[in-house]
Amino acid sequence: MRYLPLTPRDRQEMLATIGVRSIDDLFADVPNAARRAGLVDLPLAQGEIEVERALSRMAAKNVAAGSVPFFIGGGAYRHHVPAAVDHLIQRGEFLTSYTPYQPELAQGTLQSLFEFQTQVALLTGMEVANASLYDGATACAEAVAMAHRVTRRGKAVLSGGLHPQYREVCRTYAQFSGVEVSLLDATPGVAEIFDIDNNTACVVVQNPDFFGALRDGSALAARCHQAGALLVVVVTEIVSLGAVTPPGDMGADIVAAEGQSFGNSLNFGGPHIGLFAAREQQVRQMPGRLVGQTEDADGRRGWVLTLSTREQHIRREKATSNICTNSGLCALAFTIHLALLGEAGLTRLAQLNHAAACTLADRLAALPGVSLVNESFFNEFALRLPVPAAAAVAALADKGVLGGVPVGRFYPARDDLADVLLVAATETTTTNDIDIYYDVLAEVLR
Amino acid sequence: MTGWSQALGAHPAGAAEGTTLTGNRGLQIEETLIFEQDSPGHCGVDLPEPPPHKSRLGTLERRAEIGLPGLSEPQIVRHFTRLSQKNYAIDSGLYPLGSCTMKHNPRLNEKLARLPGFADLHPLQPESTIRGALELIDTLAHWLKTLTGMPAVALSPAAGAHGELCGMMTIRAALAAQGDPRQRILVPESAHGTNPATAAICGYAIDPIAANARGRVDLAALKAKLGRDVAALMLTNPNTCGLFEDEILEIATAVHAAGAFFYCDGANFNAIVGRVRPADLGIDALHLNLHKTFSTPHGGGGPGSGPVALAASLAPHAPLPWLVHGESGMTLVEHSEGPAEMSIGRLKGFHGQMGMFVRALAYMMSHGADGLKQVAEDAVLNANYLRARLAGALSQSFPGACMHEVLFDDRFLKDTGVTTLDFAKALIDEGFHPMTMYFPLVVHGALLIEPTETESKASLDQFADTVIGLAARAKTGDVAGFQAAPRLTPRRRLDETAAARRPLLRWHPAPPAREAKE
Repeated sequence: MRYLPLTPRDRQEMLATIGVRSIDDLFADVPNAARRAGLVDLPLAQGEIEVERALSRMAAKNVAAGSVPFFIGGGAYRHHVPAAVDHLIQRGEFLTSYTPYQPELAQGTLQSLFEFQTQVALLTGMEVANASLYDGATACAEAVAMAHRVTRRGKAVLSGGLHPQYREVCRTYAQFSGVEVSLLDATPGVAEIFDIDNNTACVVVQNPDFFGALRDGSALAARCHQAGALLVVVVTEIVSLGAVTPPGDMGADIVAAEGQSFGNSLNFGGPHIGLFAAREQQVRQMPGRLVGQTEDADGRRGWVLTLSTREQHIRREKATSNICTNSGLCALAFTIHLALLGEAGLTRLAQLNHAAACTLADRLAALPGVSLVNESFFNEFALRLPVPAAAAVAALADKGVLGGVPVGRFYPARDDLADVLLVAATETTTTNDIDIYYDVLAEVLR
Repeated sequence: MTGWSQALGAHPAGAAEGTTLTGNRGLQIEETLIFEQDSPGHCGVDLPEPPPHKSRLGTLERRAEIGLPGLSEPQIVRHFTRLSQKNYAIDSGLYPLGSCTMKHNPRLNEKLARLPGFADLHPLQPESTIRGALELIDTLAHWLKTLTGMPAVALSPAAGAHGELCGMMTIRAALAAQGDPRQRILVPESAHGTNPATAAICGYAIDPIAANARGRVDLAALKAKLGRDVAALMLTNPNTCGLFEDEILEIATAVHAAGAFFYCDGANFNAIVGRVRPADLGIDALHLNLHKTFSTPHGGGGPGSGPVALAASLAPHAPLPWLVHGESGMTLVEHSEGPAEMSIGRLKGFHGQMGMFVRALAYMMSHGADGLKQVAEDAVLNANYLRARLAGALSQSFPGACMHEVLFDDRFLKDTGVTTLDFAKALIDEGFHPMTMYFPLVVHGALLIEPTETESKASLDQFADTVIGLAARAKTGDVAGFQAAPRLTPRRRLDETAAARRPLLRWHPAPPAREAKE
């Protein structure tokens, strides 16, 4: 076996040093009833060639996003990732290191996470950010839990414009933690009215919302603060912050976001990367790891994991979260991609995304029976079709176009949403892609 | 006396050896933050001019600058290359962190996870375009179910702690469905911190159980605590003392007799993979860390993946989505309806850590049933070999054979003035990552060593010789030498107390206001 360095002779010598006759002697504590004579019923070892062949066959049964005109978003976006990103994150010193518990051996990871935290704070317009969570949906659930800790109130009000899977994750967490979750109806294109009372811990909104619409949360933030509640703003397309007013500037108290768009592939939905930013005064209520600046014994600047007394390995059942492993390498990819872009590159990238979506929206909305739901959007918008969106998406896929997300997939009981299709464009969308989409959708609707 | 102490004598009180004009030391090159290398307007990506378009951003068009620095690609590549060189990694050497299973990460797995058919696949594509992805997930599930002997596996949890959460939620849901809500979770004192943290998030009270003199759960103490209000026992097996819970069948019987569930933290599954099936131990739910046992790279803190194997009694409550075999092949069930009516709901966006699934399956297929059994045996052999080699120099906490990791405490440092922390830092100068320190909490000054099966005998011997040498040096009274360690790293010992007292968690363009006031 190519991954195992011990030779049969090594094993014999080592057993002799230990003072036992066979390896079975070292498993003597396993109860007799649980001992197995032979191997488990699975295939035997295979070489690289065989494993690569088998998995490549499975991969070939999928339609890769980049192989067709592609317009799917809904919380995960196909962007171009510069070649340098994947090269750098595959350096073994990053790829194969552990959580930086020994800071003297992990200054590379720690400094890059300090840069990550700074980038996330700047992007979101917030004061502090943590070193990442699993994904946007779990970050959102953690934000609700943090608002509950900060306000000591028991209810979270979730916008109908919040990604439906984020709503579901919040509800799953909340049913066990005892927070009451109030879910507003998902109604694209309609302004929501939030009922904020003296038991409301937080209001959670998404910007751009699930249907792509942009809304200024400033007035809502003021209402929340007046009532002693927190405003949580979710961002599922982080590239939008290259063009859009950041949540921090609107008065958000917590920002929970999905950072996949920078540096990370679609990966069929994971691993992605949860971003979490807050106000400095509440930093001790934050979940997850934090990297802080300090000095070494010679007075030189360096970095360590800090405020660990919030965390499970110190605080155990009183920890702010149970999270341990987060999305370290995804955070590194995020940081490298955003560092390559810089201020000028991000601004232009966001403009390219917006321009592509504007062109696409105008083209598709010109088709008979198709209407654009949104007044405003960034790189994703909702269309109403003259046919069920799921059927249209299936027909489009048959003709080699991945045309978007039928909203009914998330709300199967909502007949009024069955004709709503979410469509996204990014800098990878070409004019030719848009032409093909127009022609094929016209054909499907004919 | 060694050259090491003489060198310290020549460079007293923290003065770094080999001072240079740049602050660089050969291959160790100083590197500032990207924010301090800003050339405003510069960019490391060439993007075309956007076509003319009328903004649809409404009133929300960004007006203020973000403050991101501008750098070119060569500057970025050099920056992150230099940072990488300040990291220790399993690629560079032995990484004996107990309970972390830092084993070799095969590069085949990286290559396969990057196939466009997996990496460039959107989770919301129509099912007709993701057949291979569903097949891969189903195949992975088959391997995990076979290795655990359990009938169902929930794949969506993103890491071990998330898997624990999944397991405890299914337990609470099952008890609620029985109309028998319970309040207490029993957790041994030696447990990972995630166990009590997870149980608390699920709304449970935590009741610790003491260890016996043999480093295992005290069966009598456990039985005394079992009652009508106990929902579950959370046990790690092999436990964090590196020992197999040899009364596990009696424990399972007692837990089940009390109407409670048996949750097992599978962080240490590497010791038994392919040799012992958790189902045969009476376990009802167990999470597996794909980033430990199945070698998906730890990446400096993730991403991970924490599938949870479930007994038939808990399977109906597994989180969404479900992958079910129907008339037209495999299909995803994404809502609490039909077969998934009793599901706890969704735990995470989309379908789980696909990138980790590909790597883990490639790892398992490479090893096969025979290779995985050999993994467990070599992991246990390597740990016991280190135990035997180090027995005379260190103080083993519990006598006898261990599983895949071996626990020592700081009795061997008694009266030397050297602490576990000092000892670990001295190992760094010798080119090794230290073992897990001060965990588990059940012994004083713990040193938990897990070499894994991917270390050669020569590597183990070099490590053992070094540890023995350092232990001898500690006994010579060279306290100052230990306390000054590490001396050869890019940074020497870092002041963690100062970092926590005045947290500075991001770069600021100017010194923070509070510093300016001082």
